[in-house]
Amino acid sequence: MKVLVCVKRVVDFNVKVRVKSDQTGVDLANVKMSMNPFDEIAVEEAVRLKEAATATEVVAVSCGVAQCQETLRTALAIGADRAILVETDVELQPLAVAKLLAAVVEREKPELVILGKQAIDDDSNQTGQMLAALRSMPQATFASRMKIADGWAEVTREVDGGLETVCVKLPAVVTTDLRLNEPRYVTLPNIMKAKKKPLETLAPATLGVDVTPRLKTVKVNDPPQRKAGIRVPDVATLVAKLRDEAKVIS
Amino acid sequence: MKALVLAEHDNATLKGVTRNVVTAAVQATGSVDILVAGSGCAKVAEQAKAIAGVGKVLVADAPHLADALAENLAPQIAALAPDYTHVFAPASSIGKNALPRAAAQLDCAQVSDAIAVVAPDTFARPIYAGNAIATVQSADKIKFVTVRPTSFEAAGDGGNATVESVTAVADAGISRFIGREVAKSDRPELQGAKVVVSGGRAMGSAENFHLLEKLATKLNAALGASRAAVDAGYAPNDWQVGQTGKIVAPQLYIAIGISGAIQHLAGMKDAKVIVAINKDGDAPIFQVADYGLVADLFQAVPELIDALG
Repeated sequence: MKVLVCVKRVVDFNVKVRVKSDQTGVDLANVKMSMNPFDEIAVEEAVRLKEAATATEVVAVSCGVAQCQETLRTALAIGADRAILVETDVELQPLAVAKLLAAVVEREKPELVILGKQAIDDDSNQTGQMLAALRSMPQATFASRMKIADGWAEVTREVDGGLETVCVKLPAVVTTDLRLNEPRYVTLPNIMKAKKKPLETLAPATLGVDVTPRLKTVKVNDPPQRKAGIRVPDVATLVAKLRDEAKVIS
Repeated sequence: MKALVLAEHDNATLKGVTRNVVTAAVQATGSVDILVAGSGCAKVAEQAKAIAGVGKVLVADAPHLADALAENLAPQIAALAPDYTHVFAPASSIGKNALPRAAAQLDCAQVSDAIAVVAPDTFARPIYAGNAIATVQSADKIKFVTVRPTSFEAAGDGGNATVESVTAVADAGISRFIGREVAKSDRPELQGAKVVVSGGRAMGSAENFHLLEKLATKLNAALGASRAAVDAGYAPNDWQVGQTGKIVAPQLYIAIGISGAIQHLAGMKDAKVIVAINKDGDAPIFQVADYGLVADLFQAVPELIDALG
């Protein structure tokens, strides 16, 4: 079974982003970039499938600027076999990424595609679902457990109020939630090995995909700030304040 | 302009979040129909038709629509969407799962997690875990939008919409629903609760969360937890409040033993009143709290339970 795993290069989750003063976006100059944490979980899951001999090959894909090669090298260091970069400087929105991935899926014909449920930059939570739609594949989103057997994937999903289990027929798309696994640390020998693994670069035009953005960002602002309130000395004062000042308890 | 709103339900009861989405849809278009897709869901349609501002309730009733499998629900939405300028769904696990699939089927983009309607084609939405707010404009012929329910008022009753049956799409046959583990509780639902009591890693164990249950009972509150507490196994996954968990906006949010990571603040900073109880006076949670109490939670919480009578 071939597994395709999709990774996005995003601002590192530890970075506190700043909105640019001209309101055109957030300041990304000299900011540390990393693999989207949910995608790291996706790569880990794909590599574990290979280690369990369920998968035969793990192919990592990324779409975006040339520096996404670094993100793909990380995926290769975790254990992916080869990588594909669909390179473009155009701002890519979820629908465009889904179309590019759909074209890669058509070429590679994987039986399973694993992606993070959302990227921590635009927080869209769309790409996996859109890819599944474009290829008419079933989807198991927000996965916290996954089992492959007899041409189906049984996936436990994190949903409002609890958990839900579905079976999807392969080829299928799975998007990862936080608790699917804990990604390993990449070791130096594996980083060295990853440098020698194949990385192919494609252009959106080669894949016949129009990546023109559909949504226009009018502006980006700071969120309304909450001000710190007061410190209360004890529980009795707290209860009195909640009752008489805030009037949120009776 | 006319909007279709996807109703959230369990085939028996219409979920409250649907009402918040109706408000957003009315703001954007002025004219709203509701889609109830399910199995044996006539009662849901009855509840939906009473919502003020709704024109028609469309009912797609078929066994394979019972469990909101995206492979069947998305084609159902896509089949009806061309009659509308907008399609709205709550940013719930069902809406987030099905709506992008429907949008892509019709070659449309989606605006996720809208928190304000700026113009019929323009919406505000949080990015970077709520550290920035983007205003985005859609040029697509149909605007697909998921809505953050806590950002809009719930539409009340007072309407009398007509109920209409629509043809259910065929079963795609590529997915099966196996089962659901939903925690049964007498407490209010986390996302709709007026009061939320949340515990963090400082709770120290799953047993200690029982202390919060007593407090929650006094306040008729829902229980929440920080990601750290969930990861440590002190609280179930679906209690998690934060960027990757539930977004809540109650009247009163009591954060107990929670330091206040950005990730957590993204899920609760729209609460009307925030109370923080933490031993560490420098914890970031105090920067957003209206009332902060620097104290040992194991002393303060029992005192609080007593003080509430």
